[in-house]
Amino acid sequence: MSRHDVQLTVNGVSHRVQVESRLLLVHLLRENLRLTGTHIGCDTTHCGACTVLIDGEPVKSCTVLAVQAEGAEITTVEGLEQNGKLHPVQEAFWEKHGLQCGYCTPGMILTSCALLARDKDPSEAQIREAISGNLCRCTGYSNIVKAIQSAAERLRQQ
Amino acid sequence: MSEPRTSPEVCGMGHSMKRKEDPRFIRGRGNYVDDIQLPGMLHMDIVRSPFAHAKIKSINAEKALKIPGVLAVITGETLAKYNLHWMPTLMSDTQMVLPTEKVMYQAQEVAAVIATDRYVAADGVEAVEVDYEPLPVVVDPFKALAPSAPVLRTDKKDKKDNRIFHWEAGDRAATDKAFADADVVVAQDMYLPRIHVASIETCGCVADFDRVTGKLTVYMTTQAPHAVRTVFALVAGHVGLSEEKIRIVSPDIGGGFGGKVPIYPGYVIAVAASVVIGKPVKWVEDRMENLQADSFARDYWIHAELAAKKDGTMTALRIKTVADHGYADAAANPSKFPAGLFSICTGSYALQHAFAEVDGVYTNKPPGGIAYRCSFRVTEAVHCIERITDVLAQELKMDPAELRMKNFIPPASFPYKSALGWEYDSGNYPAALRKAMDMVGYEALRKEQAEKRARGELMGIGISSFTEIVGAGPSKQFDILGLKMFDSCEIRVHPTGKALARFGTKSQGQGHETTYAQIVAEELGIPAAHVQVEEGDTDTAPYGLGTYASRSTPTAGAAGALAARKVREKAKKIAAHLLECSPDDLVWEPGKFSVKGAPSRSKTIQEIALAAYTNHPQGMEAGLEATSYYDPPNLTFPFGSYIAVVDIDRGTGQVKVRRFVAVDDCGNIINPMIVDGQIHGGLAMGLAPALLEEISYDDDGNITGGSFMDYLVPTAMETPNWETGKTVTPSPHHPFGAKGVGESATVGAPPAIVNAVVDALAHVGVRHVEIPVTPERVWRLLKEKGLAE
Repeated sequence: MSRHDVQLTVNGVSHRVQVESRLLLVHLLRENLRLTGTHIGCDTTHCGACTVLIDGEPVKSCTVLAVQAEGAEITTVEGLEQNGKLHPVQEAFWEKHGLQCGYCTPGMILTSCALLARDKDPSEAQIREAISGNLCRCTGYSNIVKAIQSAAERLRQQ
Repeated sequence: MSEPRTSPEVCGMGHSMKRKEDPRFIRGRGNYVDDIQLPGMLHMDIVRSPFAHAKIKSINAEKALKIPGVLAVITGETLAKYNLHWMPTLMSDTQMVLPTEKVMYQAQEVAAVIATDRYVAADGVEAVEVDYEPLPVVVDPFKALAPSAPVLRTDKKDKKDNRIFHWEAGDRAATDKAFADADVVVAQDMYLPRIHVASIETCGCVADFDRVTGKLTVYMTTQAPHAVRTVFALVAGHVGLSEEKIRIVSPDIGGGFGGKVPIYPGYVIAVAASVVIGKPVKWVEDRMENLQADSFARDYWIHAELAAKKDGTMTALRIKTVADHGYADAAANPSKFPAGLFSICTGSYALQHAFAEVDGVYTNKPPGGIAYRCSFRVTEAVHCIERITDVLAQELKMDPAELRMKNFIPPASFPYKSALGWEYDSGNYPAALRKAMDMVGYEALRKEQAEKRARGELMGIGISSFTEIVGAGPSKQFDILGLKMFDSCEIRVHPTGKALARFGTKSQGQGHETTYAQIVAEELGIPAAHVQVEEGDTDTAPYGLGTYASRSTPTAGAAGALAARKVREKAKKIAAHLLECSPDDLVWEPGKFSVKGAPSRSKTIQEIALAAYTNHPQGMEAGLEATSYYDPPNLTFPFGSYIAVVDIDRGTGQVKVRRFVAVDDCGNIINPMIVDGQIHGGLAMGLAPALLEEISYDDDGNITGGSFMDYLVPTAMETPNWETGKTVTPSPHHPFGAKGVGESATVGAPPAIVNAVVDALAHVGVRHVEIPVTPERVWRLLKEKGLAE
């Protein structure tokens, strides 16, 4: 198995790592960099638990090879809190009971962050569509939608 | 709901307290099994059978063992040396850990590869060569019962057929007579297909055996860590695993829903591997393994009959069911209940006579079944009674709401003894249905439906007025492998007046760290923010039977209140000592004792806690702590009425749930926000089997629906904005009047949706539709009835 040097930035920190060509990005993050907030829920790119932001876009990191992340700026859930202050989306998920077991939560939060970065005032239908690639088994989605609406309001007021 | 008795600072019952567990989850700082990484840890991956029934002629691990990093390949032969190749199920059946002779279902574990890295372990799995000789496959449980069927469990010496059990409840003769005397009888076959809980976290463990101390620690996705410890000690005692040297840790769990109750072969193999190799071994299944091999739910083939008078008064219910359990009865039921609590099937109605029977059957499918967010076969029972009630309404040309109102157990009849032997604790069914009808605007919807029907549009309204049975359970009836189904709490109040509370259950997202803290806050007046709740570590938590079947609040929550009351009793004596009065002269209000008639003379719980360690009375033991093991006197019977409104697309057969109103009654509420969240999640898991989810098999036993490509878990697109309402009818026997709630919605929702679909098509003679109500299934019906566009 060939090995490759990969240079990438994760949550603002630059890393140079040597990886096997087949190593998935999600395993690089979880096992090499020990950022275990990014979860694995399926092997078929359906559940979205492994969603991270690559250059601002939500991407399912179980379907990206680590070597494809060369030069990328990656944000994981661990990178959202800034100077001890939670991201408004994190705050809103807590406030509106947008999570239960917490397993889908990091991916759901990052997908929401990406949505609100491109649309400050999405409709409920747009929110539902944006998170339709992230499965949640606990909440029935209603409170997640409310959390995203609440976060949008907080962000608009900032 | 009455106002909370405690201040927002104390945050006892009735406050929508933000969850204490969330700060770690929203930061990605949870600690799930796959997050655990121990020094020297090895990885395990599993070779699985491509055949549903086959003889294993040989297993050749030579190529796998040549791969650098592959350390061992474990087979049934390896485990047989230690007599660990078979294990008991919770229903006192047996199932293979790894096979030595034949495989019984597709995706069954055949061998395990231990390697230094998860990728190398997967390489090893690819390289293991297994030679199979296919055997005849039995997938249809009715064919399995035929005399000509091959006997599947050839390991059981005296087994001559594929019947696992025959179970029955009720008076057959009296029920038959009531049917003979009835004005009207309706009958309906209905199939509740195999489904899977599909928690977003799959199952797995890290088994860590320390050769020096002889201690085994297993970090494990389990809903019942204490029971697992005892089962491990009983099953592996002969190889030296002794219960005091076994520690099961259930860390953060990414959803359970019943799927993390059974002990799967993977756990046992990982433990065996760690014991033999002396290093930590991690096993985490992937999604396809999870869907294809872990325990399923449902798979009940039901024939239901309902008898009534001409005026709609229901008189008798008769049910015959065939239950497909796969190749082993690995149900996670209380041991005395092979068909779980299916005998709740008389539901919310004052039925005088009932008889139900279930035959359990072996087939070449994965063993089970478990609950899928329901209290032991209650969903099957509720689907049956709520569906057949609508069939009767249609037969009598009565409004389904009117028929329900006519037959509800009257509120004045509680506690109510059902025809099948349960004593319902409390209920007010007409109030819940009326509230749901008001919320949804029932009469206006019926008008709208009539107008739409005249225009050729298909719209349906479906009702489900369910009664649940949760909180197993009283020790006289309820045990798992002999372990009585009590639950426990231990509270320690520290000198500065903060508390540690440990429980025998294990949250998988239900929010126990918050709600249990609120129970203690309610009882002791210590702010919930200062009550640290712990569960899931068998070395520290008191023994309990775990979290499933909506039992945590009815059992462990009750234990929490009773342990707190014991603490309060001692606190009262200390307060009397401090105030130099008799304990009988003290009155309690949340957070303090004061002298009757002299409210200024008082001691807060914090002052009392300090005194318990610094100034306790002579002759009294120091400290302020208590433990309670709570054996509930009865189960709790939450209930509700749900109304679904659906629109059907005549072009595609797509069913759209336009509105869904859920009125629930779970007695007194600890945290309204969390209860609503539980209902929302349960509703989505009720919509799922109604419209989307099914695991099926072809004639050769090949699974369909074995990945998220085919097994359709609802997304935010299919789920409506849930509308919830409450009525409050406290449980008379629970210490604070609560009932379970986590599963009510999963149990109650499916028939509401199906009844709505049938209602949309009733005018063209449709009386029943099987689940999942897929677009294809509906489109075929539309085509048959000449309605397809």
